[in-house]
Amino acid sequence: MNEKFDAIVVGAGPSGNAAALTLAKAGMKVLQLERGEYAGSKNVQGAILYADALEKMIPDFRDDAPLERHIIEQRMWVLDDDSFVGTHYRSEGFNKEPFNRYTIIRAQFDKWFSAKVQAAGALVICETTVTDLLRDEGNRVVGVQVDREGGTIYADVVILADGVNSLLAKKADFHPELEPKNVALAVKEIHFMPQEILQERFNIGEEEGVVIELFGKITQGMMGTGFLYTNKESIAVGVGCMLSDFKDQKTTPYALLEEMKNHPSIKPLLAGGEMKEYTAHLIPEGGYKAIPKIYGDGWMIVGDSGMFVNAVHREGSNLAMTTGRIAAETVIDLIKEGKAMTAANLAVYRSRLDDSFVMKDLKKYREMPEIFHSNRQFFTTYPELVNRSAHTMLHVDGVDKKTKEREIFSSFREKRSLFGLMGDAYKLWRAFR
Amino acid sequence: MHIVVCIKQVPDSAQIRVHPVTNTIMRQGVPAIINPYDLFALEEALCLKDKHGGTVTVITMGPPQAEAALRKALSFGADDAILITDRAFAGADTLATSFALASAIRQIQKNMPVDMVFTGKQTIDGDTAQVGPGVAKRLDMQLLTYVSKIVAVKPEASEIVVERRAEGGVQLLKTSLPCLVTVLEGNNQMRFANMPNMFRAARHPLKLWNREEAGIADDDIVKIGLKGSPTVVSKVFAPTPKSERAEMIEVESGDPKDMAVTVLSKMFTRFPAVEKEIAKRAR
Repeated sequence: MNEKFDAIVVGAGPSGNAAALTLAKAGMKVLQLERGEYAGSKNVQGAILYADALEKMIPDFRDDAPLERHIIEQRMWVLDDDSFVGTHYRSEGFNKEPFNRYTIIRAQFDKWFSAKVQAAGALVICETTVTDLLRDEGNRVVGVQVDREGGTIYADVVILADGVNSLLAKKADFHPELEPKNVALAVKEIHFMPQEILQERFNIGEEEGVVIELFGKITQGMMGTGFLYTNKESIAVGVGCMLSDFKDQKTTPYALLEEMKNHPSIKPLLAGGEMKEYTAHLIPEGGYKAIPKIYGDGWMIVGDSGMFVNAVHREGSNLAMTTGRIAAETVIDLIKEGKAMTAANLAVYRSRLDDSFVMKDLKKYREMPEIFHSNRQFFTTYPELVNRSAHTMLHVDGVDKKTKEREIFSSFREKRSLFGLMGDAYKLWRAFR
Repeated sequence: MHIVVCIKQVPDSAQIRVHPVTNTIMRQGVPAIINPYDLFALEEALCLKDKHGGTVTVITMGPPQAEAALRKALSFGADDAILITDRAFAGADTLATSFALASAIRQIQKNMPVDMVFTGKQTIDGDTAQVGPGVAKRLDMQLLTYVSKIVAVKPEASEIVVERRAEGGVQLLKTSLPCLVTVLEGNNQMRFANMPNMFRAARHPLKLWNREEAGIADDDIVKIGLKGSPTVVSKVFAPTPKSERAEMIEVESGDPKDMAVTVLSKMFTRFPAVEKEIAKRAR
């Protein structure tokens, strides 16, 4: 009794849930397989939820989704060893409904999302690992093999939403082993803190939240960033750097996080908190140039498995949901038109992605990974110079401001030379253009 | 042969957290699992079904979320599942729970006679081990608690032989059916569900029984839920971990006599009453 489905979705993260939900809502016969005990049991994220991508599928998600706080203030800190220079943007505009983004706790959020998928009619089966893809004589993917007895299941199309370290895609030879330079390793802790203390400390109200992005010396010269998010009654604090950097520097992620937490600008924010959770995860940050082939005969790749993460803007789950949705819409359209799930027909998926913000954003920053990989001054020298300049200007010691300005400029020239400074400016422009 | 297995969905005690301010158990985000002892009971029931054929029905009393526990039991191979759920059951202690379960099992018996009821020896969240015996008493069934092994079941003779762990040894007991068995840990391992059973479990139409459907008349409302529960939890608190360290007692001479003297003098310093008592008796 081998079952046959219109589509099998492998994985129950944001991309898989988006795909399964969209398919099920269109009346397709969908099977979603998740290896974790429940949807979200293995998922890790900062976590910020961007409303837009979810709203496109579940317009009234705010009614019952487990949301922590909506963000009203964004801080960006450039840190030296014992100081930071920062910009804060806080706006009452972010306090107007509908809110734009929220902090969430993924274990709860994913469960909720999965319940929506099931309610829409998809068959969701957890604790089941897909071990292989089934192929026909023409090498077309026709289903999956799972790790349970009697686990041969057929489908017209298999959507791989199995996350950053997609063993399945590797095994199927859809893409090679992940390169350490294309993935970041991030670690995160959740510190419990009574709501009143947290709100007072961050100057926020009942439902309001703050995001702090950290950049500079805290990554010890490695390419990466840190973050601090406010949940309802906890703080998520974490740091992530490229895996290749951890390897070369022989730094351990937990030691890095420990040092970051002890930075004099960060420590007081966490004081009195109680660490309740420690998690680690890989983030695909290779960018546009590292995106593998994302469709073929009978298969598609969505979410992290397809490198769909915008590292610059810390966007990932929204790209995941969007790629999942667009993949599902492609399948729905093909089924309606009576077309087969061939590579030629599924190519529409890629072209639709190209037209969406997903590919446009990733393309815009396509040079960024390379430039940052080979220009470590952006993580070390500049944060230091910027902080020292601020210190020089604000430290009142009888020296006139004109002399101070000259001092600052010559400190920049000394470290990077005039030519170097101009080169760096050009590189930054290339990275962000 | 028809076996009813009573299970309970409990918070995974390995991952439980206590709210630092209110001292209450934080259930949010703590995964719910099937009480581990109940899994041993279920596996025993499934093994008997493998051997003798028959039907395994799983029941639980709990909130709607307990559906997940029942579906899991179905995936392992249980034939049917009933969720006894009603606001009237909320706040039940072991007395009220065993009344409700016994009543529900009587309802099940109306459709198909029940030969055996299996439960875990106790739950990991209540640790009382009272519900199983309470159900047996109400159903007037033979009761076998702390069963470490089911040696044999003879349906034709309506007989069961089990090993029961008792103080100082193991008892080999034989009794007649119907009976209720509470199962100890560790004598089997839950099987790995096959894919057809996973599909069946996900699609199985679950039976939801409210108070009336569980056979509890209006007059008996006072026997279920909070009303039927004489147990009162007056306070919940987290135990403060003791951090007393062991003391190494060494005697330079190495002479046992000196050692004994040192140990005794240390003991007497700490517990002066003991010294007095010994001195009194020695007189």
